[in-house]
Amino acid sequence: MTAAPPAAGEQLRYIAGQAADARVNLEIETEGMTLNIGPQHPATHGTLRIVAKLDGEQVIAAEPVMGYMHRGYEKLAEVRTYPQVTTLINRIDWLGSFANEVPFILAAEQLMEVEAPLRAQWIRTALFELSRIANVTLFLGDMAVQVGAITPVFFAFRDREHVLNQIEAATGGRFHPNFDRIGGLKDDLPAGWAAETKQALKKIRNFCDQIEELVEGNEIFQARTRGIGVIPAKVGLGYGLSGANIRASGVDWDLRRDAPCGLVHDQLDWRVWTHPDGDSFARFWVRLQETREATRMVDQLLDGLPPGPIMAKVPRIIKVPAGEAYVETENPLGIMGYYVVSKGDLAPFRVKIRSASFSNVSITPWLLKGVYVPDIITILGSLYFILGDIDR
Amino acid sequence: MSSADAGAGAAAVAGADPVREGLLEALAAELGPALVGSELRAGRDLCVRVERGAWGPLAEYLRSGLGFVYFGFLSAIDWLPSPFGRDMDSQVDNALDPPEPKDPGPMQTGAAGGDTRFQLLARVNDPAGRRSLTAKADLPDDDLRAASWTPVYSGADWHEREAWEMFGIDFDGHPGLRHIYLPSEFEGNPLRKDYPLLARRVKPWPGIVDMELMPGEGPGASTGSDGAEAP
Repeated sequence: MTAAPPAAGEQLRYIAGQAADARVNLEIETEGMTLNIGPQHPATHGTLRIVAKLDGEQVIAAEPVMGYMHRGYEKLAEVRTYPQVTTLINRIDWLGSFANEVPFILAAEQLMEVEAPLRAQWIRTALFELSRIANVTLFLGDMAVQVGAITPVFFAFRDREHVLNQIEAATGGRFHPNFDRIGGLKDDLPAGWAAETKQALKKIRNFCDQIEELVEGNEIFQARTRGIGVIPAKVGLGYGLSGANIRASGVDWDLRRDAPCGLVHDQLDWRVWTHPDGDSFARFWVRLQETREATRMVDQLLDGLPPGPIMAKVPRIIKVPAGEAYVETENPLGIMGYYVVSKGDLAPFRVKIRSASFSNVSITPWLLKGVYVPDIITILGSLYFILGDIDR
Repeated sequence: MSSADAGAGAAAVAGADPVREGLLEALAAELGPALVGSELRAGRDLCVRVERGAWGPLAEYLRSGLGFVYFGFLSAIDWLPSPFGRDMDSQVDNALDPPEPKDPGPMQTGAAGGDTRFQLLARVNDPAGRRSLTAKADLPDDDLRAASWTPVYSGADWHEREAWEMFGIDFDGHPGLRHIYLPSEFEGNPLRKDYPLLARRVKPWPGIVDMELMPGEGPGASTGSDGAEAP
């Protein structure tokens, strides 16, 4: 007999070593390549450009380039009256517009020492959660597109329509309700709205079941998302990740439960979903559960809707007393807050908009380092950002 | 001056918010005289103002000492009263009929006080303890720089780039201050109060008269243009 063949373990080590060498260009001298993903790319949901330095299929460094949609809302808000600002900020996260208005209005109410009547608070919370459903529904369908499944996104657009119809019926605006007012709401709900909304919620729950059957258990989907883009909780917190992104890393933190401010989530029966893995799949999974949870919340809100006025007594011309207030809420994309500085004028002196996606995307240079090109798409998809929410 | 007011306000509600009061005590003990101002709004928020030199150590202490591991945001406030005043809301065409310069009035700062024009503003959270905190620091006008928070909070990277771009504030120790939203050849710092909003300078804004009726207010109070409901 000749020399014994290398043991299985040694062979594996050799192959792994070869692969590692190839990755860092020790074997073959390859030239690095810079790949521009975007600004117009289906995976970026708008105009985010990713400049990725590649070595073969692997990303060495990735740098998002923003600003294609920068509209300067912080500057514009300084020359608008408080009621006019809500029109602007509707367009930050345009898939869940109503939720954008809420923290700003709450901050202004805090400065004015005004509290919305109970009924307005309940309707606000219901519309807030409906915005979440409208927003996240699209993500659930879209996430499947990122791995090549086309059908779910059509389901998402189809079923989101039921919720948008209800938002439109109540507010008059499908995407930009501009319905929240300092001291309450613009209008009361139309007759029969609660019953129709309940039907819409049923359809959304069906949609969630469908997505679960079609996507969540799918072998390809699992292979493309499990263990991909893992964010440890410590890193995510340092980068300011919020919403489902941080809960998917096992952080049990939800402002709706932990810092209720002006909304009535604390009077409902619901739970905060977390996932320990921190990968793309976990972010998808947490959002799926949160959508279901939101339908349950709206159901309860509709059942318990208290009677009464929808508007507190506020002056017709709104001058907000001098002071500073910061209110943040758990929006569909994560934590959104407004730091409002008032000098007792018609217009705010300074508005700092803390939007969720800006911080959520700031982790990408760290997260994309070392991943393979196809995974860029699923990771970006799973982080789920809206360009308007990054650039503001 | 306003910090003294804030101090009095905090004393008036002592005992109403033990969590934030304890937090303020811990910060006062750690920072000593570097903690130059604070405002405690019971049940709502705590805002502390530190000397510029303590800006970096403050982040370190907040994260390691107090458990504020979550980075909220970092930005700045320009306290200069707008030299353009209310012209921004005028009905006249500013380009054709330039308004006369106005006296903008004295500079006034807000929560936790302030002495200089530019003020850093940051927010951190403690998810486990469910606490949050606003931090401020004054920057001298002739030397707009502060220690970077990036070694402590990785997320501060982009926020500091934004503050650098919008206000012109330098951050020592930042890995690369460069434009984040605006083109790289852009000049000026748009969020400074003396940077004009050009859209308003060339085109008047009629929105200021667009007043909406409150629910319950009758058509008798209406000044609507249709006049159909007029008695």
